Amino acid sequence: MRRSNIWLWFAAVPVYAFLYIPLVIVVVYSFNDSKLNAEWVGFTLSWYKALFNNHEMLTAARNSLIIAVSASFCATILGTMAGLAIHRYKLKFLPVLVFTPVAMPEILLGVALLLFFLQVLNLTLGMISIIIAHTTFCIGFAAIIVRARLQGMDESIFEAARDLGASPWQTFRLITLPLIMPAVVAGGLMSFTLSIDDFVITFFTKGVGEPILPIQIYTMIKVAVTPEVNAISTLLMLLTLTMIIIASKLDSSVLRRGTK
Amino acid sequence: MIKNSTKANHAAKWLVSGPPLLFLLVFFVAPSIIMLFTSLRFPGEFGGLAPITAPAEAVSGEYGLTLETYQFFFSDILYAEIFLKSFGVAAVSTLICLIMAYPLALLIARSEKRFRNLMVLLVVLPFASNFLIRIYAWMIILGPESVLSHFINTVLGAFGIAPVTLLFSPFAVLVGMVYVHLPFMVLPLYTNLEKHDPALLDAAQDLGADAWQRFWHVTWPLSLPGVFSGSALVFIPVLGMFAVPDILGGTGDILVGNLIKDQFLGTRDWPFGSALSIMLTLAVLAITGLAAWFAQLATRQRSVTETE
Repeated sequence: MRRSNIWLWFAAVPVYAFLYIPLVIVVVYSFNDSKLNAEWVGFTLSWYKALFNNHEMLTAARNSLIIAVSASFCATILGTMAGLAIHRYKLKFLPVLVFTPVAMPEILLGVALLLFFLQVLNLTLGMISIIIAHTTFCIGFAAIIVRARLQGMDESIFEAARDLGASPWQTFRLITLPLIMPAVVAGGLMSFTLSIDDFVITFFTKGVGEPILPIQIYTMIKVAVTPEVNAISTLLMLLTLTMIIIASKLDSSVLRRGTK
Repeated sequence: MIKNSTKANHAAKWLVSGPPLLFLLVFFVAPSIIMLFTSLRFPGEFGGLAPITAPAEAVSGEYGLTLETYQFFFSDILYAEIFLKSFGVAAVSTLICLIMAYPLALLIARSEKRFRNLMVLLVVLPFASNFLIRIYAWMIILGPESVLSHFINTVLGAFGIAPVTLLFSPFAVLVGMVYVHLPFMVLPLYTNLEKHDPALLDAAQDLGADAWQRFWHVTWPLSLPGVFSGSALVFIPVLGMFAVPDILGGTGDILVGNLIKDQFLGTRDWPFGSALSIMLTLAVLAITGLAAWFAQLATRQRSVTETE
């Protein structure tokens, strides 16, 4: 057993390196005093300064935060309900509706929503359409985490509450909700990071007026790469990593089911 | 009293499942149906859609529903080729992910319990960083000025081979696809491998099986459900991916996702874009069904061997 583990380490360490080296490079270059992502010239914070003087980038960050907070709020409530409903009641089609948007290629949801917003709702694309789109795919992730928590719990607690005369609402408020709270918060944090990071669905449901963070990054990458991209990347990494670590501390099923 | 409580339960059931159900019916099911309908419409003169009924002043033109878009898809071999190429890229990416993820997942599953969560967290963390940033990082690594490019071209030059460009190539697309989707393979594999009973391997060893035989006859067949679900989780998103070829690929590295994107944001041919999306949906459904079937087959085979 022990010896085979050594061989596994030989195969696994390069994979860990493969996962981390690209991100370390981005972080390192964000402090590099050169316009090119080539050789190390010297330490500087000027790319961060440039970032904080970039008005459009700041607006984009603000817009993305508004979208992420709104979408994760809606997705947490709807996802918690869906997780509860799927666990408690033997429903046939709710699980399909909740989990399919998670499993299918993002571009399909993006296209479908774009057509729906423009043809049926006659909605001008913008913040509202992005919030709705993000809520749609985040519900599934929140539901998965809440359901995993419920599956690990002892059903007799709820039966005891009912036997003692608690109404369904009282059982929910006093027993179920406090018990699933860590999963609810973890689901919310997951939804937040998924929303603030999402590029594909945002790309299809965005309007023209408002700058959004991932779209802004995409334009910078496609048009002119400056080390400012490294700086915004590093800051975003810090934000989402913190969120994921908090979420995984609250509920370990965040790690089991993975992220997007 | 009993009647009352079942009534309350019934109300609770709809109170809990109603809102998410309604939301997803409106913002997931309805849009999907609209996409199907759009694929049966005629494109508008200036992009978008032609009206479904002929306007009064129209002399001629194309209105109503049609299968023409699908005929168009099958009339040009180019589109079938792009689909085929997407399947090829998805298959190769899945295989590379499997080869890279398997030893890692096995290592985590065989490590001491207290380290496992941390090792899984280390796989998930890079994947929590922004999707575009993960692709962009490879622009730096594979770029013409990068250390890797210089190194490879120096080595190639020593053998008298002309220098190569790594970025904007099919190679870069594969690297990006593998990098973005690798954790999707590690997690289901690990979840499966963690459940294996080590006693089985001890038994195999006592019966004289060497390390390779123990892997090939015990661990691998038992892990097949994990292999199939991991493969589906990589294959499906790669099939629809447009950002990786868009950023890391060259002009010739177009996949289905790029084709769909162009119909909506470039040429504005909505019906054709919708038809392509429907074809992609069918492909995804077929793959999902196949993976589920294989996983079930693997599980059933195992239970047969166990009862023997």
